[in-house]
Parts: sequence; C-alpha cells; structure tokens
Amino acid sequence: MNPTRKRRMIFALVLLAAAGVAGTFIVLALQENLTYLHTPSDVRAGSVPTDARFRLGGVVCEGSVRRTDGSLLVQFAVTDRIRQVPVRYEGILPDMFREGTSIIATGRLEGNEFAASEVLAKHDETYMPREVAQAMAKGIAMHTKSCGKN
Amino acid sequence: MLPELGLLALILAMLLAVLLGTLPLIGAQRGNDAWMATARPLALSQVVFIGIAYGILTHAFIVHDFSVAYVANNSNSLLPLVYQYTAVWGAHEGSLLLWVFILSLWIAAVAIFSKALPRIVVARVLAVMGWVSLGFLAFLIFTSNPFARLLPAAIEGGDMNPLLQDIGMIAHPPLLYTGYVGFAVAFAFAIAALLDGKVDAQWVRWSRPWTNVAWAFLTIGIALGSFWAYYELGWGGWWFWDPVENASFMPWLVGLALLHSQAVTEKRGSFRSWTLLLAIAAFSLSLLGTFLVRSGVLTSVHAFASDPARGMFILTFLAVVIGGSLLLFAFRAPTSDKGLPFVAASRETLLLANNLLLTGAAAMILLGTLYPLIAEALDLGKISVGPPYFGLLFTLLMAPLVLLVPFGPLTRWQREEPSKPIRMLVPWAALALVAGAIAFFGLANSSWKTAAAFIAGLWLTLGTLRFVWQRFVVGKGRFTAEMVGMCLAHFGLAVFFFGVLMTESMSQERDVAAKPGQSFELQGYNFRFDGVKGVPGPNYQADRGTVVVTRNGEMVATMEPEKRAYASGGSVMTEADIRGSLKGDLYVALGEPLGPDGSWALRLYVKPFIRWIWLGALLMAIGGFVVVLDKRFRRPVTGE
Repeated sequence: MNPTRKRRMIFALVLLAAAGVAGTFIVLALQENLTYLHTPSDVRAGSVPTDARFRLGGVVCEGSVRRTDGSLLVQFAVTDRIRQVPVRYEGILPDMFREGTSIIATGRLEGNEFAASEVLAKHDETYMPREVAQAMAKGIAMHTKSCGKN
Repeated sequence: MLPELGLLALILAMLLAVLLGTLPLIGAQRGNDAWMATARPLALSQVVFIGIAYGILTHAFIVHDFSVAYVANNSNSLLPLVYQYTAVWGAHEGSLLLWVFILSLWIAAVAIFSKALPRIVVARVLAVMGWVSLGFLAFLIFTSNPFARLLPAAIEGGDMNPLLQDIGMIAHPPLLYTGYVGFAVAFAFAIAALLDGKVDAQWVRWSRPWTNVAWAFLTIGIALGSFWAYYELGWGGWWFWDPVENASFMPWLVGLALLHSQAVTEKRGSFRSWTLLLAIAAFSLSLLGTFLVRSGVLTSVHAFASDPARGMFILTFLAVVIGGSLLLFAFRAPTSDKGLPFVAASRETLLLANNLLLTGAAAMILLGTLYPLIAEALDLGKISVGPPYFGLLFTLLMAPLVLLVPFGPLTRWQREEPSKPIRMLVPWAALALVAGAIAFFGLANSSWKTAAAFIAGLWLTLGTLRFVWQRFVVGKGRFTAEMVGMCLAHFGLAVFFFGVLMTESMSQERDVAAKPGQSFELQGYNFRFDGVKGVPGPNYQADRGTVVVTRNGEMVATMEPEKRAYASGGSVMTEADIRGSLKGDLYVALGEPLGPDGSWALRLYVKPFIRWIWLGALLMAIGGFVVVLDKRFRRPVTGE
C-alpha cells in the first residue's frame, strides 16, 4: 500500500469507528429517554409499565380536583371517558388546567395512584392533544360527561 | 374591496414569480442578454406587489375589518394599537404572508446588491429564488388565504393569542423568518452553480456574505424566542428541546457548519461538494422546520392548528426541493473535487471536525424530533423523546467542539507543526483548568457544571485572545473584518457556554404555598409574600401579587407578578415579574389561589448569569454581521 492510500484507509477506519460509537450512543440515549403515552383504559387494562415513567393523557374529571390547604399537593382524576385513574401532583399547575380540559401528566404508578412529576395543559382552549383525542375516539363519543369506573 | 385587492396583488406576485423563475433561466441557457436582464425588474416588482398585500392586511387590522376571517379570529377592538400591527403575524396565514414578504425582500436585496456579479449568475440565482417564492405564494393563495372573507362579518373579533401579546413577540417571528428565508440565497447560489456546471470557489465568495447575514438573523431570532419563552411562559426555562425549537435550531447548526465550510472552499478550494450539500441541507431544514410547525404533525406549544392539506403541500414542496436539488447535485457535482492539498495537522482538518460535530448534532436532533413521527407511522406506540436525550448528546458533541475552537485560528492552512499551536495554548488551558478547580471548591453549591462553566468560558476567551495577540505581534496588528467577526463570535460562544452552565448548575427554584406575610429564603435572598389584589387591564383582569425581596435586611426589589384573565376566549396568562442583571435574575410568578386565607402558589427562582446566554447569542450574531464588512467580498470578480 502506498502512503497516501494507507493514510486514507486509516482515516476511513477512524471515521467508521467514530460513527459506530456515536450511533451506539445515540440509540442508547434515545431508548433511555423514550416515554410512552397511555390512556386511563391502558392503565386499567394493565398494559402499562409498573416500574417505568410514562405519560398519562386524558381529561381532568369534573368535580375530582381536591387540594390540601397550606401545601401544593393536588389530587384529581384523569379519564378517557371509559375508565379513570387518580393522579397526585405536588407543584404548580399550568394556566390552562381546569376540570374538563385535556392534560398530559408525566410520572409513574405508585400503587393505584399515578404520581405525576409534570403536568402539561395546552394553552389553546380548543386544543386537545392529538394522541388523547384518538384514544378517546376509540371509546365512546366525547360528549359524555361520565368519567368512567375507577 | 381592499382585501380583494390584496388577494389580487398576491396573485399578480405569483404570476411574476412564474416569469422570474423561467425567463432569466431560459435567457441564461441560451445566452440571451435581454431575457436575462428581466430578472432584476421582475424581482423588484414582485416585492412591490407583496408589499401592497402586506400593507392591506395590516390596514384591515388597524380599521378592525372583521369581515376578513383572519382579522376576526386574531384581533379585537380592545387590542392595544402596537399589537394590531403585530397581530398580522399572530397566526398561520399572516405569518406565512410575512414569510413570503421577507423572501421577496431577500430577492430584491440580491437583485440590488449583486450588480458586480456576472449577469448570467444573477439571472440564475434570481430565477431559483423565483421558484422558491412561487412555491410559497401558491401555498399562501391555495391553502392559507389571509384575505378570506367571513360572511356575515363578525361584530367583534376573537382575540390575538394572549401569549403573543408581548414585546418580545413583536420581533421574534420577523427576525427568525429573515434567518430561515435567508438560507434560500445560499441555496440559490448553490443551485445556480450546479446549473452552470462550473462549481468552483467563485460562487462561494459571492454567497458567503448572504449566508452570514441569514445565520446572524437566525441567531437573534432564536435567542429572542428563547428569551420570550423564559419570561412569558411563566416557568422560567430558556430552552425546552420542543420540536419547534428544534426545527429552528437544526438549520442554525447546519448554517453554522456552512459558514465554516464556505470559508474553506473560498480560500482553499477544498470541500466543494460538501459546501454545496450543506447549502442545500440548510435550506431544506428551514423548509422542514416550516412543515413541522405549520402542518400540526407535532404536538407543541407552537402548533396553532392542524390542517392536513397544508401539511401535504409543504411535504410535496419539500420533496421537490430536496429531491430536485439532490438529483441536480448527482449529475453536476464536481467530479474532480480537488482544492489545495492538506495534511492531517492543518486548519482544514480542524474545520472538518467542526463540520462533523455540528452536522452530527443536527442529525441527532433531527432523529430525536422525527422519532415520534416515525414510531407512530410504524405503529410502535405514541412516544415522546425526553429532553435528557438531547441534553446528553448535545453536551457530548459540543465538548470536543469547545476544546477545538481556539486551535482553529492559530493553526495554519494546509500544514502545521502540531506542537506549535499546542505550545501557544497550553498555559491558557492550564489557567482555565485552575479557575475551574477554584470555582468548584470555592463556590457554594457548585457542581461539575460550575467548573465546566469556568473552564469552557475561560478557555474560549483566552484561546481567542491568544489569537488576537498573535495577530498583533506576527501580523503587525493587521485585522480584517472577517477576523474581527470571527473573534466576536467565538467570544460570544464563551459567554454563551458560561451562561448556560452557570444557570444550569447554580439556579435555585422553589415552588411554595405562601400565606400573606410568609417569607422564604433562596440563595441569601428573602422573599416575603404580601398578598394578591385585583387590578384591571385594557383587555384583561389581573390578580397582582406583591413580593418584597430583601438581602441581609436591605431592600432589593418589590416584585409584582400577575395572573391575567383575558376578556375574550377565557385565556389565563401568567405574567412573571423578573429583576434581571448580569449577575443573575430574580424570578417570581403566581401559580393559583390555594384557599380562603389568601394563600397562593408561588414560583420563586434565582437564576445566576442567565442573561449571559442571550448576550452570548447576540455577540455571535454581531460577529456574523461584522464578517460581511470584509473588503474581500466587495472586490471586483475579475481578479480571481
């Protein structure tokens, strides 16, 4: 092999190795940080991870919001109009959080309850996360006000 | 009557775009001077017609013409005057009109400032830009007509999105678009060079100033968006790796790679194909960004409404632009891609590393942003990619970049004794490391990020100063505007990284339930909550809290965060109160009332050095502008 070709070979090999390492890192980091979106029906069907974080999407059940005086603890139920799941959250709720609006909570299951570390509600009052809307459309029509069984 | 004239003006502009896209191109192909000469007048008349349309839409907002659907949906008669001007780009149709208007301004600018260029080049460049503007005008007219009538006319309008009723929002979209659209110029130059078949270093010299200006505008646009999110969204973060932020950040990274690769191609003739590809990629990513934002395929704060027809249109447009230009590239790319030779230890190699890291970062972000879409298409479930993915990988990719930046300017083109720049920089690296160690052990609640802040900030600053010193001694004080711009931008990078890492490591955030009269301690500051009272605003009703901040018994600030309920639409907005200085920000926001005793949820943040983030971005942008002043770009073309 002449020197030029040898240098090129080394360069190509180094580049390939670097790309390989980078690719592995990226895939690992991606897998580490994926969170799946589930509906209350999924939770009740037992098809959600019991030990990993996931996002719970749905509507805040009417009449379910309870606060604890003197603290930021708030409890409410999230429903897809078929089933509901109680949620506890300690922190400041977003501006658009109201009963009957759709939210996405990130957290994990603790026993029967979903412990949320983050709650997102959309700033547009007509907005419903597409994922939630699809999940809800799978069930019954959206005009019911029932929150479903716990 | 006027709105119909506005639409007519847009249609005429579209016809002009068709002419601009064809006549000069045919002229260039046949060597017909008269046909080529049509490019300039066509470009200039197009900007007039689009300007008229834009003026008419603005007028409709000022006179509250609620028979225009777009006006009725996004404005009402209580809206303060300044926001009536900015409401024009408050939603989809109007912001697209602004986009098209800015594109036509860029086209006109190219037509005016390219008098020194060969006529055939100008003809081709303007024709390519004509095609781009044709695409967007068709999109505007066929899917998003801002002049569509509402029958019967509304008596009162809805309201401008309250989130956008803000000073920061006035400038953010125009600046961002100016950057986005500006990459169309570099793209047009690249395509013109490919059409010409003479892909040498010449086209790069002509397009470099345009790339710099576009990139600098994009920098300011993104920084303003980040600043706006920080004080308007009410949760004190400055970057969320939100899909729409990513959409603007990808072209920024690729544009930055393009700046550096253009410098190599222009001066050394190397990286020719790579520079062409980057020019195509930067513009394609701008289009992709538009698609992601405008089609509503991604769930995001920015997605106004989803409309599949709009999504399909942009997707098709994107496919045509990317497919067409890559096809052209495949046929016409330079086969003898030979610039001046260089060895491994040279500035070329360092800039190659810069390009690989920046495009790698863009690819990583692209994957993370599109992965949820791909997963959904493949039925793998609804997935979101968490911010830690982006944060971790971005840190891994930027660390070597920060390490290499000071070496670039100190390393010679073509061939360099590796020990020379290393010897110049070792003392400064040592100094930065010592400062990092002192910060780590000396500052209260420090972490590895605090140390990294000092190391990165000082390393970049001192390394760049070392280059300045080198120029003074060796270059006898000769500085070109290009070098000044580069140094400013690299200083900006130092300031930026220092701000980011200090904010990340030293910030304190507390969400508390506060009774009136209750006090909270945060980093030596005492926050006393004095209750909330109702205050009326022009088109909203506000709850205004009072928080008195003291430090060691001395008064620092009286802060008045608000919670605003807007009259129309029922939106509620958090207006945080922020006291900012270079040393750090105090940030107070109201959460919600917590009971009959006047208790409220409060967010109390202390954010050291957060302003440095935007200051750094500003320095980078100024650097980008200064480079354009370099005399080299104004030298007549015949010399080469």
